[in-house]
Amino acid sequence: MKFERYGIGIAKGLTVTIRHLFRHPTVSQYPEQRLNISRRFRGNELVWNKEKCTGCGTCAKTCPQGAIEIVTSTDMTENKYVVDKYQVDTGYCINCGLCIESCPYEALYFSHAFECARYRRSELVQSKDDMLETPERKVSGYFYPDKANKLPEQTLLVEKVTEKR
Amino acid sequence: MAVRTEPFVLNMGPVHPSTHGVFRMRVTLDGEVVVDIEPIFGYLHRGIEKLAEQRTYTGIIPLTDRLDYISSMSNNFAYCLAVEKLAGIKVPERAEYIRVIIAELQRVAALLIAVGAFLNDCGAFFTPFLYMFRERERIVDLFEMVSGQRLTYNYMRVGGVSQDLPDEFMPALRKFMNMMPRFMAEYDRLLVQNEILIARAKGVGILTGEQAINCSASGPVLRASGVKWDIRKADPYSIYDRFDFAIPTQTTGDCYDRYRQRVEETRQSLHIIRQAMEQIPSGPVRAELPQLIRPPAGEAYAHIEAPKGELGFYLVSDNSIAPYRCHIRPPSLINLTALRDMVRGWKIADLIIIFGSIDITVGEIDR
Ligand code: SF4
Ligand code: SF4
Repeated sequence: MKFERYGIGIAKGLTVTIRHLFRHPTVSQYPEQRLNISRRFRGNELVWNKEKCTGCGTCAKTCPQGAIEIVTSTDMTENKYVVDKYQVDTGYCINCGLCIESCPYEALYFSHAFECARYRRSELVQSKDDMLETPERKVSGYFYPDKANKLPEQTLLVEKVTEKR
Repeated sequence: MAVRTEPFVLNMGPVHPSTHGVFRMRVTLDGEVVVDIEPIFGYLHRGIEKLAEQRTYTGIIPLTDRLDYISSMSNNFAYCLAVEKLAGIKVPERAEYIRVIIAELQRVAALLIAVGAFLNDCGAFFTPFLYMFRERERIVDLFEMVSGQRLTYNYMRVGGVSQDLPDEFMPALRKFMNMMPRFMAEYDRLLVQNEILIARAKGVGILTGEQAINCSASGPVLRASGVKWDIRKADPYSIYDRFDFAIPTQTTGDCYDRYRQRVEETRQSLHIIRQAMEQIPSGPVRAELPQLIRPPAGEAYAHIEAPKGELGFYLVSDNSIAPYRCHIRPPSLINLTALRDMVRGWKIADLIIIFGSIDITVGEIDR
């Protein structure tokens, strides 16, 4: 193949590359700089509402991974189910969110936390008390738009770059 | 005097930086010239088709995410279309538009990766790839906003999408759409005239239109060989018949044409998104359906134009909550069958480029 003016294309390409030197960086230094994650974040763990849950078991039936385990007993005096055991094995959970969509009593949410590494496999299994909402384990707005609107807005690369270029 | 050489068998992969995942080829060489290749699949086999037989119709959607993990949204889309066809479900208008916008954004993202990885194989080590990754990142940001995750979106549902778009989505998408043409122009400035790229890719690995049709290739690989076939036009699904877009084609079917083809298709996708953004109505995004879908006994095949080609789902129902059989027609696997025709007679260094220009995802080949 013959080129009339060899090197023009490469020189043109290099101007693009050199221009990038003067642009605002698009990466952020993670532990120091934190970006806001999505308001609908489908994170590592589930948050369970003790008061709202009736023990109907729809979530366990919907879960494609079989990660939820529920044991209930009947309380004859109050005529309702008592949830004896509610346990999610987050090692099996694929964070699909189908359990949250299926819960008819709005008792199950995703948590908005994402740094959930554990040292042991057994710690991945979460029981009733680990799953309650705490100030550190905020509820994510997945499937609940009113909860999403209270969370900080997601940082978008689109905005970050247009502002500072 | 010609030196007589013996054929030499080289094992490439399964963990080789340019086989895009765990893919293995047994290459027979004569000196440096490729005589024959034999692809060997199965290193990423997870049995998705079999797993699908034990799951509910909704529970399969997260599995489809894991087929072609570069374009999860398209997989969701194809699967949902198949179930809707099987059960005769009508999707609300707004959901159709959301699906089209999302699927086209996904096409842009997947094609950016395809082009970037191809250039990577050509020896432009990670410079163009990272530029394209940056633009893909903007799209992934949008997907994270609507679905909550960045790779396995699991966003579409049978009868619509899982939730409506958030309020912040449309302004962010508009901003992205305004920026994207500028970036596309930048890529062209970076690459179109580049002598190294032209010398390495032009005329290399030619697949004629006839060969492409014979091995039932689809998508950019087929269209780069000059065959005008796009399922969005040939068998319109969803609401693609409402949009005005062209099917770009190339002429020779070499590696350079396949690269140009992908760039041109990205332009058309942006054009579709622009139209859909103007037309999108308000309303519900999900049809009212029972928790467990029980389609009537029968079978259905739905196919879409995924970023890599024709992606089809064939479902057989026996009127229970799980499909009796689920078969997936992955574009990567079928396009890969064209590889042998393309590489015969080329050097081993060209093999890498030709293989990269097909654009495969191993998650889809092995399933
Ligand atoms: S997110 Fe999905 S896999 Fe995890 S517990 Fe819920 S339904 Fe099961
Ligand atoms: S579906 Fe909701 S209410 Fe029923 S058991 Fe699960 S969390 Fe409790």
